[in-house]
Amino acid sequence: MVGEGILKGLVETARNFFGSYVGKDRLTTVQYPEERLPQIEAARSFPFLVYDGPDWDKGMRCVACQICEKECPPKCILIKKSADKKPDAVGKPQFYPAVFNIDISVCMSCQICVEVCPFDAIKMDVDYDLSTDDRFGDLLLDKERLAKSNEYYNAIHPTEAAAVDAHFAEERAKAEAKAKAATEAKAAAEAKVAPAAQEQPVGGETQ
Amino acid sequence: MTQALDQIFVLTKQWLLGFVPASAQPICSAILSVVPVLIGFPLLFAITTWLERKGLGRLQNRYGPNRTGPYGLFQPIADAIKSLTKEDIVPLTADHTVHFLAPVLLAAASFLGYAVLPIGRNMVLVNMNAGVLYFFAVGSVVELAVFMAGWSSRSKYSLLGAMRAIAQMISYEVPLVLASIVAIMQAGSLSTVAIVDKQAGYTGIWPHWFVFTPWGVVGFALFMIAATAESNRSPFDLPEGESEIIAGYYIEYSGFKFALFFLGEYLGMFATSGMAITLFLGGWSAPFSFLTWIPSYVWFFAKLLALIAGFIWIRGTLPRLRMDQLMSLAWEFILPMALLNMLDAGIWHFMPAGVLRWLVCTAIVAVPCVLLGQGLKRNKKFQVRTYQFAK
Ligand code: SF4
Ligand code: SF4
Repeated sequence: MVGEGILKGLVETARNFFGSYVGKDRLTTVQYPEERLPQIEAARSFPFLVYDGPDWDKGMRCVACQICEKECPPKCILIKKSADKKPDAVGKPQFYPAVFNIDISVCMSCQICVEVCPFDAIKMDVDYDLSTDDRFGDLLLDKERLAKSNEYYNAIHPTEAAAVDAHFAEERAKAEAKAKAATEAKAAAEAKVAPAAQEQPVGGETQ
Repeated sequence: MTQALDQIFVLTKQWLLGFVPASAQPICSAILSVVPVLIGFPLLFAITTWLERKGLGRLQNRYGPNRTGPYGLFQPIADAIKSLTKEDIVPLTADHTVHFLAPVLLAAASFLGYAVLPIGRNMVLVNMNAGVLYFFAVGSVVELAVFMAGWSSRSKYSLLGAMRAIAQMISYEVPLVLASIVAIMQAGSLSTVAIVDKQAGYTGIWPHWFVFTPWGVVGFALFMIAATAESNRSPFDLPEGESEIIAGYYIEYSGFKFALFFLGEYLGMFATSGMAITLFLGGWSAPFSFLTWIPSYVWFFAKLLALIAGFIWIRGTLPRLRMDQLMSLAWEFILPMALLNMLDAGIWHFMPAGVLRWLVCTAIVAVPCVLLGQGLKRNKKFQVRTYQFAK
């Protein structure tokens, strides 16, 4: 028959029309500000800087090596290295970023900065409510706004963060073992040197 | 009481006219008649945009606008503010005068048709004895406005869109007029008032609407198909096909001029729907004799809203046609059917009333409709396309 398909279509849409008033399960739209979908672990928006411990400035993992700054395709990262050093996550004295800015109006969320960072200092955030009425100031994130705690990182990307933490624990254990070995060796050397030192009172320690 | 309610607008106007001197009465009378139309139908346009977005949403299992005000009711106001405050961009190489005039002409032409629409009993702006002719004549001014818009914008998309629009509108103008001829034949008059009066009687409780005859229902269906195409509505919205030519002839328009195009389009849709109501659905007359106590203008607007709902339903259901399908539908199906329908109306007029007349007249339109449909379907050649240069 002519127009049979049209009638079928009309019936289908009419069913949608009335059905959407009866059964709420038809309406798949999530009413965004009030309702939200559960966060997906693999989601990513813009980078942030991870810090350990309670103080964001002291605990920042970033060592200002500037690899991410060089690798970032749209060049939206700005880093200024500090003059002095402070201990990093593993305990070695390192530089730290005096200035660390990311312009997220330029950032394209490619995650390259995360891939290249050798210190697990920069990670991808999942926050997407970033709209603002200040186009320039509010989208240029400085060090303080970029800093987020390791707990936050664990909360948004549990699997990834657990691996990073395990890696750090291993590194720390190694460093500790090394330090211990070093102190033991030193003690042993001192013990060995000690009798000789009695005979030669000058210069023994430097060997 | 019901009489007074029915004629309330007419009586109010006469009462108001009593206050002005006789010399100023014609002009005041014209203003008092025109201004409500100039306000009422744009208001209906605002409501329709909301209804359409809500309805389309539900047809597609969405909510539709629900942020601005209760149930998103203030959406049209928000849209109006937005389009008023937007920058008005005119292409550098465009013909500025024509570019400006096109939307104005379109909106103005869309209003002209309302002059002959009987909105209620004794409620028609001009009772012209060639009302239907006038309606279709001013309706074709819209095509001029569309082409002005496409030509003056100096853009390929605009021009292509305008060419499509013109091709479509002219093709469908023919079946539109031919489909309406049956009502004119039966009423024996080109006056819209006379056509409605002819349909205002009742047999028992049933009205004498033309749509309740074999030729009437076919004429109504053909008229509505042609009217959909005429007002560029889905599934015949090729002139503005977003996925093909972005927005067609009004791509170079922004801000309030764009809104004027929208307004013109919707006003055109209301006007043709109003004409369909006048010609086939008994104008302002009630659907049953026992419902005549409801004022006539209420019936007119109820029918108008019902037709608008139909337009929205169709828009939410059917995909856009291809240009060749559109043309073949107009010339190979609607036009022959409209011509046949005229013959049918003539036979109906000269046959004695009775069951036989019903049977014969139904057969005359139904059998060719089915045969034509099947024939057209069979002629569709589906073949593997070969591309000359893509090997
Ligand atoms: S995600 Fe890509 S674009 Fe954004 S800061 Fe990192 S490297 Fe640059
Ligand atoms: S975030 Fe990582 S790669 Fe970038 S400067 Fe800091 S430590 Fe280096």
